[in-house]
Amino acid sequence: MQNTVHSRMDKSTSVTSDIAPASVHINRVSKAYGEEWERQQVLEDLNLKILPGQLTAIVGPSGCGKSTIVNLVAGFEEPDEGKITINDKEITGPGNDRMVVFQETALLPWLTTYQNVVFGPKLRGDVDPRELKAEANRILDTVGLSEFKDKYPLQLSGGMQRRAELARAMINHPSLMIMDEPFRGLDAMTRELMQEFYLRLFEEGRRTSMFVTSEIEEAIFLADQVVVLSNRPATVREIIEIKLERPRNFEMLSTSEAYDYKRQAMEILHEEALKSFKRTGGQDDFLDAYAKRAE
Amino acid sequence: MSEADQSVDATSRPLGRSAFQKIISNKTVWRGIVAIIAFVMLWEIGAQFKSWFGIEIWWIGKLAPPSAVFEKWYSVIQRPGYWESWYLSFFRVFLGFIIAQIIGIPFGLALAVNKYFRDIFFPPFEILRPIPPLAWVPASIIFWPTTELSIAFVTFLGAFFTIVINVLGGARAIDVQYLRAAQSMGASQWDLFRRIILPGTLPSIFVGAAVGMGITWEVVLAAEMISGGGQQAGGGLGFFLWSSYMGGDMEQVIVGMISIGIAGYLSSSFIRYLGYIYMPWRRLF
Repeated sequence: MQNTVHSRMDKSTSVTSDIAPASVHINRVSKAYGEEWERQQVLEDLNLKILPGQLTAIVGPSGCGKSTIVNLVAGFEEPDEGKITINDKEITGPGNDRMVVFQETALLPWLTTYQNVVFGPKLRGDVDPRELKAEANRILDTVGLSEFKDKYPLQLSGGMQRRAELARAMINHPSLMIMDEPFRGLDAMTRELMQEFYLRLFEEGRRTSMFVTSEIEEAIFLADQVVVLSNRPATVREIIEIKLERPRNFEMLSTSEAYDYKRQAMEILHEEALKSFKRTGGQDDFLDAYAKRAE
Repeated sequence: MSEADQSVDATSRPLGRSAFQKIISNKTVWRGIVAIIAFVMLWEIGAQFKSWFGIEIWWIGKLAPPSAVFEKWYSVIQRPGYWESWYLSFFRVFLGFIIAQIIGIPFGLALAVNKYFRDIFFPPFEILRPIPPLAWVPASIIFWPTTELSIAFVTFLGAFFTIVINVLGGARAIDVQYLRAAQSMGASQWDLFRRIILPGTLPSIFVGAAVGMGITWEVVLAAEMISGGGQQAGGGLGFFLWSSYMGGDMEQVIVGMISIGIAGYLSSSFIRYLGYIYMPWRRLF
């Protein structure tokens, strides 16, 4: 699926056409929040490439600015400095070439699952209604929600809600999927199932994905490359290439290869976590204990 | 989840035979009926015996027993003036209420979505809001040419502020992620308003309507008492109650009280029914 000629032009003509996977370039981006006297630098001179057709996981200590990256790439916010391009085009606002799956479900509670899924195409009116219906049913079938398409989001379980959200994103044929800790808050079992499900989905379509998570194992299991961020202000500490073969399965997580990746990422994250403890100060006993455990 | 299914299915034909059967077989309905009967019986006993097991109940003994009240009621319902009072009060309540909705909902939404509009109109709104509707009665009587309009204006004020505050709060509380999700799917400003803000505010609109309806009833009765009920026959339920009291007819006062209670209950049931119809996703809990 390397054909870049396959542009978004033909997206409007057929919903089933494949979209060329996007590449994203975050170029020297800085972002700060707050009023001047208490300005919090969240990102500083961040450089990051998200490669086409790859699943890039972004991990980092909590509060390091992962969600800020999501908001910038999605176009909900603008960087203070630097620029972000998608397929060499600068991002200036939200667009339906990028779909975000949010931390908490953002399904519209007043629409049924089916209505939620067709929300985007119906809004733009760029698809023939009959084709749209067939496409929506096919996608609902893919995520296993055919039986639940007339239910409202609040009638769905947590895992079903996330799948509905995936369906809603996929029907827009984004060339980039942005996942902002999408499986957080699910119970361990459902979470594993969702990881597996998302993995299948990705491996079938090879749609460029940016997957933000705070779970290292999740990142290793899913990603082609794991980007480890530093403490705030976030910069890229390390990029770990995950060379586990595809299609993947959970057994691969217990190989020594996966273990090495995990240790590598953990070490960096520990360092960063220690830094943030140091910055807050006055917790020496805790730091000692923490350092010993890390050894 | 099966219970939720049933409730959704039932609404596809809310007035059909199955809906009626549902009410008959509904335990909630029967509990309500039994509770009302039990209440009336306690009242009757209290009113008849003056003291329970030697303990004097200090207020219920002074009350007319329900048997006497119902007897009175039976004679009252044969007077057309009583029904005209129902009609008049309902008319005044709904006139003020509907105008308050028509003006209040767009006003509240405008406050919510436009910063400049909010900067300009919110301060005067907030100064006017704490003024009790009844404090407007004298000004209203001077301001409007007819008593009827004065009363409608006061009922309008009763509902208006509550509606606006609820709409404003509801619209401002909409999850920013809904807006962002819609934006990334290509929603224009108008789409955001129509497809996110409006349905997202609907629950608050109905809460505002239910509360506003209650206030409107409180206000219309007081307004009728003060204004003498206008010139028409009947004068409204508030005037009916007040003139019964002036005439020293305590049974009739209680008839008036219960009538008002029933009228208010019918009105708020109507609002709830509309909410049920227009917000199918809220039937789940």
